[in-house]
Amino acid sequence: MTDTPVWLIIASLGALTYLTRFVFLGLVGDRPLPPWLLRHLRYTGVAILPGLVAPLVVWPAAAGGETDLPRLVAAAVALGVGAWRKDVIQAVIAGGLTLGLLGWLVNG
Amino acid sequence: MGSPFGRGVAEGLPFVVIMVPFGALFGVLGVEAGLPLAQVMGFSVLVIAGASQFTAVQLMTDGVPAAIVVLSALAVNLRMVMYSASIVPHLGSAPLWQRALVSYMLVDQTYALAVQTYEGRPAWTVADKIAYFAGVSLPVFPSWVGATWMGAVLGARVPAGWQLDFALPLAFLALVGPMLKTRAHVIAALVSAVAALAFAWVPWNLGLIVAAVLAMLAGAEVERRA
Repeated sequence: MTDTPVWLIIASLGALTYLTRFVFLGLVGDRPLPPWLLRHLRYTGVAILPGLVAPLVVWPAAAGGETDLPRLVAAAVALGVGAWRKDVIQAVIAGGLTLGLLGWLVNG
Repeated sequence: MGSPFGRGVAEGLPFVVIMVPFGALFGVLGVEAGLPLAQVMGFSVLVIAGASQFTAVQLMTDGVPAAIVVLSALAVNLRMVMYSASIVPHLGSAPLWQRALVSYMLVDQTYALAVQTYEGRPAWTVADKIAYFAGVSLPVFPSWVGATWMGAVLGARVPAGWQLDFALPLAFLALVGPMLKTRAHVIAALVSAVAALAFAWVPWNLGLIVAAVLAMLAGAEVERRA
């Protein structure tokens, strides 16, 4: 790998990624968006994050891509505690402790 | 703690626990792929999007042409377009320079925390919302950059038994939990997860975009019928 293409890759990926974040927030500004669009955008968070983690939970790379029971249970606990307590921090801690405990029970 | 900024710092702080292992891992892999420190840091400072950075470095190591590297890694970041649109109702009336800075820091964690908090605080002014966003970014961004540097310079020193690979999925699931406010949100989340698994075979990570669009359609349709 020579240096110039790498910097070219970094710079263009950086600029284009910035554009993905800026395109609506920067260019639309305070012009009102149509109600049908807003109705769809309200679900952005729940439409992306579960899809982003689903393959990581079901086929974790660290377990060789095989479904791993401790990770599956820890994921369910983090999601459940988050939904129940409405608190991100408690949910992360609960999920982490579950994974640590189950990993210790299963693998010693 | 009382001000939106202080609240943002307090709520962004736990994410340091996620940013550090993830950032350090990128630093380690970047150096192992043969990149000099400056370029590893360049990725984390200019791109600030972990998953796409891993994709880019992986493809560069595989000797894929530069244009394909950029396009593949960019596809991983297409979700940011949706974040950008979805945050407009909250921050659209802020001054342009503030919107430009927010755009720079708009990552999964800052987006999810901010929108969730904004929806629970309809009384907040735009200035309050910007202050909160700045507060959240304060711990999140430096820990990402700092951890990349640590990983690149110190190398892998984390015990394998810690299962830190799973910090990121757990953190995202913890963010999703409080978002499940209505039946429409729950259905959208289910569609997203199932469709992402079903479309995992689609190249360039575009399966995630398909899943996200289907999930938004599902959530909006359930809301419309309610």
